[in-house]
Formats: sequence, C-alpha cells, structure tokens
Amino acid sequence: CLRGPSRFLAVLAPLSRLQESESENKLDGETASDSESKSEFGGSAPAPTSDDTPEVLNRALSNLSSRWKNWWVRGILTLAMITFFFIIIYLGPMVLMMIVMCVQIKCFHEIITIGYNVYHSYDLPWFRTLSWYFLLCVNYFFYGETVTDYFFTLVQREEPLRILSKYHRFISFALYLTGFCMFVLSLVKKHYRLQFYMFGWTHVTLLIVVTQSHLIIHNLFEGMIWFIVPISCVICNDIMAYMFGFFFGRTPLIKLSPKKTWEGFIGGFFATVLFGLLLSYVMSGYRCFTCPVEFNNDTNSFTVDCEPSELFQLQEYNIPAVLQSVLGWKTVRMYPFQIHSIALSTFASLIGPFGGFFASGFKRAFKIKDFANTIPGHGGIMDRFDCQYLMATFVNVYIASFIRGPNPSKLIQQFLTLRPDQQLHIFNTLKAHLVDKGVLGGLEDA
Amino acid sequence: QELDLDERFGELDLRNDSDVPDVPPSTDSTPEILKRALSGLSARWKNWWIRGILTLAMILMFFLIIYLGSFMLMLLVLSIQVKCFHEIITIGYRVYHSYDLPWFRSLSWYFLLCVNYFFYGETVADYFATFVQRREQLQFLIRYHRFISFALYLAGFCMFVLSLVKKHYRLQFYMFAWTHVTLLITVTQSHLVIQNLFEGMIWFLVPISSVICNDITAYIFGFFFGRTPLIKLSPKKTWEGFIGGFFSTVVFGFIFSYFLAQHQYFVCPVEYNSETNRFVTECEPSELFQMKTYSVPPLLQAVLGWESVNMYPFQMHSIALATFASLIGPFGGFFASGFKRAFKIKDFADTIPGHGGIMDRFDCQYLMATFVHVYITSFIRGPNPSKLLKQLLILQPEQQLDVYKTLKSHLVEKGILQPSLRG
Repeated sequence: CLRGPSRFLAVLAPLSRLQESESENKLDGETASDSESKSEFGGSAPAPTSDDTPEVLNRALSNLSSRWKNWWVRGILTLAMITFFFIIIYLGPMVLMMIVMCVQIKCFHEIITIGYNVYHSYDLPWFRTLSWYFLLCVNYFFYGETVTDYFFTLVQREEPLRILSKYHRFISFALYLTGFCMFVLSLVKKHYRLQFYMFGWTHVTLLIVVTQSHLIIHNLFEGMIWFIVPISCVICNDIMAYMFGFFFGRTPLIKLSPKKTWEGFIGGFFATVLFGLLLSYVMSGYRCFTCPVEFNNDTNSFTVDCEPSELFQLQEYNIPAVLQSVLGWKTVRMYPFQIHSIALSTFASLIGPFGGFFASGFKRAFKIKDFANTIPGHGGIMDRFDCQYLMATFVNVYIASFIRGPNPSKLIQQFLTLRPDQQLHIFNTLKAHLVDKGVLGGLEDA
Repeated sequence: QELDLDERFGELDLRNDSDVPDVPPSTDSTPEILKRALSGLSARWKNWWIRGILTLAMILMFFLIIYLGSFMLMLLVLSIQVKCFHEIITIGYRVYHSYDLPWFRSLSWYFLLCVNYFFYGETVADYFATFVQRREQLQFLIRYHRFISFALYLAGFCMFVLSLVKKHYRLQFYMFAWTHVTLLITVTQSHLVIQNLFEGMIWFLVPISSVICNDITAYIFGFFFGRTPLIKLSPKKTWEGFIGGFFSTVVFGFIFSYFLAQHQYFVCPVEYNSETNRFVTECEPSELFQMKTYSVPPLLQAVLGWESVNMYPFQMHSIALATFASLIGPFGGFFASGFKRAFKIKDFADTIPGHGGIMDRFDCQYLMATFVHVYITSFIRGPNPSKLLKQLLILQPEQQLDVYKTLKSHLVEKGILQPSLRG
C-alpha cells in the first residue's frame, strides 16, 4: 500500500514528459476521479490508482457511467464527512481534541511519505524513527503548554504533574536535543544531502501541521463556535465556489488551478458570508457553543457552562440608510458575533483559497496527484485540510487581537511564581490603578 | 523539447552525493597588508599567522563592543543575524542555480523583515514599555502587533503563491522551505541571544566565551595530544581534544564568572531609562551575585586544603553552561560540517580571511543561545513582572477586580500583606 504511490509516480513521470501540455491542464490536483478520465483520453494509460471505493458503493453504482459514478462517490463521501463532523461535535470537546490530534498525525504521515517517495529514502532506516520522534517531541511541548494553561488546578494538585509543568520547557528542549544529536550521529557518508533534505522536510512539515493543529485546539477552548464557524466557512466556500463555477464559470482564476474561475470565486465569497451570518445566528443561541471550555475539578470533566459574554447577546443595530430602502427594516437584532463572522468568512473566501493554491503548486512541483488515497473520491486527508490551516492561524490571531485580552487565570499563575517583593509591588500598582478608575473605593476592604 | 528545470533537479536529488558537482573553490580574500607582511613565511605558517591575527582581531572587537554597551551589542547581534541569513540563502541559490528567479530574492528578504518585526515587537517592546506609553501611534502598533505581523506574513505568502512559475515549481518550493528553515535557525536564536542579553550582560558573555574557549582549547589539546578520532564527520576532532577542552572550559567559565559577577555593569538586567533615553544597568545585585560561603565536601577538602570557599552562586550555574558548551555545543559544529559536506562547500562564505564566513564562527553558538534561554526561564527567573503588570492593566475592570481579590487573599495568606482595613 505504501509502495503504491511510488509506483504510480514512476509510471507517471515519463507519461507527463510526453504529454506535458495535456497533463498540466488535467493535473490540477482537484479530484482523484480525474485520473480515470485521463486514462480514457491519454495514450499509454498509467497504472490506475488503487480503487478505494468500498464494495457496497461499487455495486450500487455499477450501472451508471463512469463520470456520474464519480459524482455520486464524491457526493456520498462529502455527506458522510459532514455527518461525521456533526457526530463528533455532539460528542464534545474531548473527542474533538482527539480527532484533531488524529488528523494531525495522518497529515504529517502523508507529507513525510511524499518526502520519502520523492527522495527514495526508505533505505535510511533511522530517519523514519527520527521523524516520528520529532513529531512526538513537538507535540509534547505544545500539549504541555496547553495543559498547563487550561488545567492549572489539576496540575497543581498532582505532584509529578507539577514538576513536569514547572520544568516543562527544559524537558522539551532536552528531548528535542536528543533527537538533534541522534540526527548528527546518524549522518552517513554519501547520503548527507538526502538526510539534510529529510531533516528540513520534517521540520517544515512540523511547523505547518503541528503548530496549526494546536492553534485549532486553542480556538476550540475559546468556545466551540470559534472552531465550528471557521471550519464550516471554509467547507462552504469550497462547495459554493465549485457550484458557482459549475453553473456560471467562464473566466479562469489562476494558472495553478485551471478549474477555478472568477465567477466561482466571487459567488463563493458572497454565499459564504451569508452562510456565516446565518450559521452564527443559529449557534449563538446555545451555551454549549459559545462558552469557553473549562475543566471542572470536582467532576473531572469538561464543562461548557457560563454566562454568555457580550458578543453573544442580542443587540439592536441601526441599519444604514442605504440598506434601509432595500430591506425595509429600520433596525435589526443580531449578535455582535455575527459581525465577526463576516470577517471570518471573508478571510475564508479570499485568502483561504491561497492555501489551496499552495497545495496545488506543491503537488505539481512533486508531480503527485493527491497527497494520499485515504478518502475515496477526495484523495488524502491533507487534500481536505489544505485551506483550513491558514484559517486556523487567522482565527487564533483574530481572537488574541480583537476578542479576548490576556487570560486572567494564567496571569494569576504567573503572579504566584514571583518573589514576594515583586508580588507586593504589582499588587499595589493594581490597587492604585483600580482606585484611580473608581472600580475600588479608597477605604474599601474589598 | 524544452528542458524542465524541475526535472533536471529532480534527477539530481535522487542521485548519490558523489555525483553532485563541486562548487568552485573560494577566492582568497586576505587583505593586501597581511599578505605583504607575511610574504616571507612558508604557506603553512602563513595560514597560522592569518588565523591567529584574525582571531585576536575578533576578540578585540568583541571587547570593544562590550565596552560600548548594550545597544551596540544589540545592533551587532542584528547585523550578524542578517549576514548569516544572507550566507545561507546564497548557498541555496548556488545549489539550485536559482538566480534566475528574481522574485525570490525579494521574497526572502521580505520574510526576514516580517519575522524580525514580529520578534522585535514581542520582546523588545516589553523593555521599552515606558517609552511606548507616551506615544499614541506606537500604542496602536503594540496592541494589534500580532495581527499586523500575521497580515504582513500573509502578504508574502500570497506573493509567493502568485509568483509560482510553470516548470520551476519544485525549485521555488525548495527555496521557500530553505528560507523558512534558515529563518527558524538564525532569527529565532538571535532573538534569544538578545533576550539573554537583557537579562544581564553576564548571561550573554559567559556562554559565548565558553563556546569560544572550548573551540580554542579543544584545538590546542588536539594539536598536542590528539590521537583518537572523535567522529567521522570532522576527522580533525579527537577525543583528547574533546575531553581536554571540556575541563578547560569549565575552569575558564568558573574563573571568568568570578570576575564578571563583581561588576554591576555585567550583572544587572538591562533597563531603558525613559528620562535619560539610555540603557542603564544599575540595580541591587540579586542573590545569585552575592558572595556566599560554601563548605567544601570532605573529598575535596583533602585535595585543596580549604574548609570553606567563598563563591558566587552564579559560578555553579556557569559550570552547567560550560558543560553544555563543551559537550553539546560541538554537535552544532558537526551539524554545520555535515551540511557543508552535503552541499560540497568548503566554508559558508569568505567574509573572514582564514576563517570562512560568519556562519562558520557562529555555528556552535546557536544551540548555546537556546539552552541559556531555556535555562534562565526554567531555573533562574520567573515571569517578567513588568510584562505581567502590563497584561493586568489591559484586562476588563471586572476581571481586574477578581484578580485583585485573589491576589489579596493570597498575599494575606502568605503573611506578606497585613489584613487591615486600609489594605
């Protein structure tokens, strides 16, 4: 199964050289189904991708022509993924966290496998171990930081956890150094360049995949709505741009992805903004989505229960005069969060696709059709998540800049580690500030 | 049929290292003066003299900059970082013959600028808090700093995607990755160096000198006693040099920190005085830099003949720093040697005659900088009080009140604050 893609590569390479112009137009990395249509047109057919479609579907759709069959396979899998998404949302934050973790590992595996195929470096046995080791180290570092922040009271209670969290950075650094030294010791004459390439490849992959999956988890802890709305906006933009492109598409958008069109792009943009507004309206009404995820010490489980913040309380807005004539309303009741959702959907539609173009360029550069064959009709996990990564970082930066300030409990933790004279100094300054603002009465023993 | 550059390099990647053509030998950049002065000696001694003179010159320049103060040191670190980045990127261009991608040079420098902007905003802004408070425009930049940095980075990312050219995809992705890995190595570590510097100049001087000392003493021990090779990557290194260098560096670090710990100039955290608009290093030396009496363990008592010894606690830490510099620091050097062999280059560049490029001198320092930073945050200082205060003041009033109450109860509990009505 692992050798499959490399065989495909080997056969595809000469074919692509012979039919460069044709393959450039068809190899847009959008659909796995294209490989089958290519073999219909092309001369010497390449070894077909192993057909992952389950037997059930194959039999059910055996009557239809190949093209409609592809449509149906894609459609059914899309619905299956969306249903799966709803189920895990229902199951709660812990399961979501685990799903994010699994997706991260699978993406890492896919990209590293591509690296191995490109460089034929299966003969460097140390390297697979080292790549997974680095993945473990970086995850340990990030999870440690997250756990320390959000599970502070739990950590303080248990003695071994407390020590691990106090010296967390040092331990992570020591673990990483061990991996680094192992890499240096494993350098083999005649393979230096390959090894350095794989080292660089691993680190860039870690940078992309692991940091962003942790940003997603941070967003999730902020409130499930900050996880669901961005992801759905990207998915919606994908689907809407495809549909608008299908029905109205005429002007090509970018050479990298010949199937994308300006009509699809703009139509997708408006559709996504509207979708974001509606989805956030529906979600802002429920506490389980809007409240930050917290860990309850007494019940030892995650709770999402709180007083909804200002963002999620209905407010009256005056409609600008221009729109008043169009819509016929003077004021409208909406959640402030919906205004933010416009920013999120705008980013998802305008900048998110650049992540997709980046992945398309990457696939063309290394002459691969899809990242892997995990999902029938869609390609690998990475193919589905390429636009999401930029989105996750954007949401995180957005929240940190515009929504919440610093985390008070984290500040208290840091305060407790200071020296007594420093603590006293800060306390007095804070007190003076509060008195100044009139929040605290001068003589009040709050 | 048009030759696809990607294809050409794709095949190059798959072949063995030995098939890769060598890069032409570096040009001799020794200044004329030195050449004339040393024209009498044989080639081998001439090299020795050149290396020796340049070493002394670099050390002198180092002392001069220390004398000039923290600000100059910061500028020096920044210039070194830019030069290292330039050297590594130039190697990338030569390996991939990608000078013909004009966009890419601009993009690499743009990314360097973005990442530097991000880091300087996060760290240095904290130290200039009083300076920043007074100016409105800077307030805006600080508050939305992350967002602005991210937007700048995204602009570069989008430019990269738009600049992708058919037939050059692989090359462009390679250069993109090369740039990012280089940024990761050079920029993050130079900022850690600056943060260590702000902690106190001693945290900057002792690690760097330990690495330099280890280089020199390992070379000297290897020269006189070297017999057993250490690692295939660097055939000139020997176990005798390694171990001899280790012990000398620990002793050197120990003695050097003894001298530095006495002066406030080196020991105090660097602060920016907004009235005089200068950096000041004046403070009450912390516990680390106050002499303490330690009783010598019985084993050493017999050897040394003393019952107790007066030393600074910092000297114990200097042992840890020197140990790291001698044992793990060389791995940075081996990594750089492997890199040079992989890409068949003799030196990173020709900037310093007799020594190669700036990167050649600084390859061991990078691991050291990160180690010192992690060491300081884990074992020495807690969080930065002024940064904490700044974040407290940004909170919402209700949150501030909550925090105030928690802090107060904590302080009363610890007995630091007397529970009186007047607080």
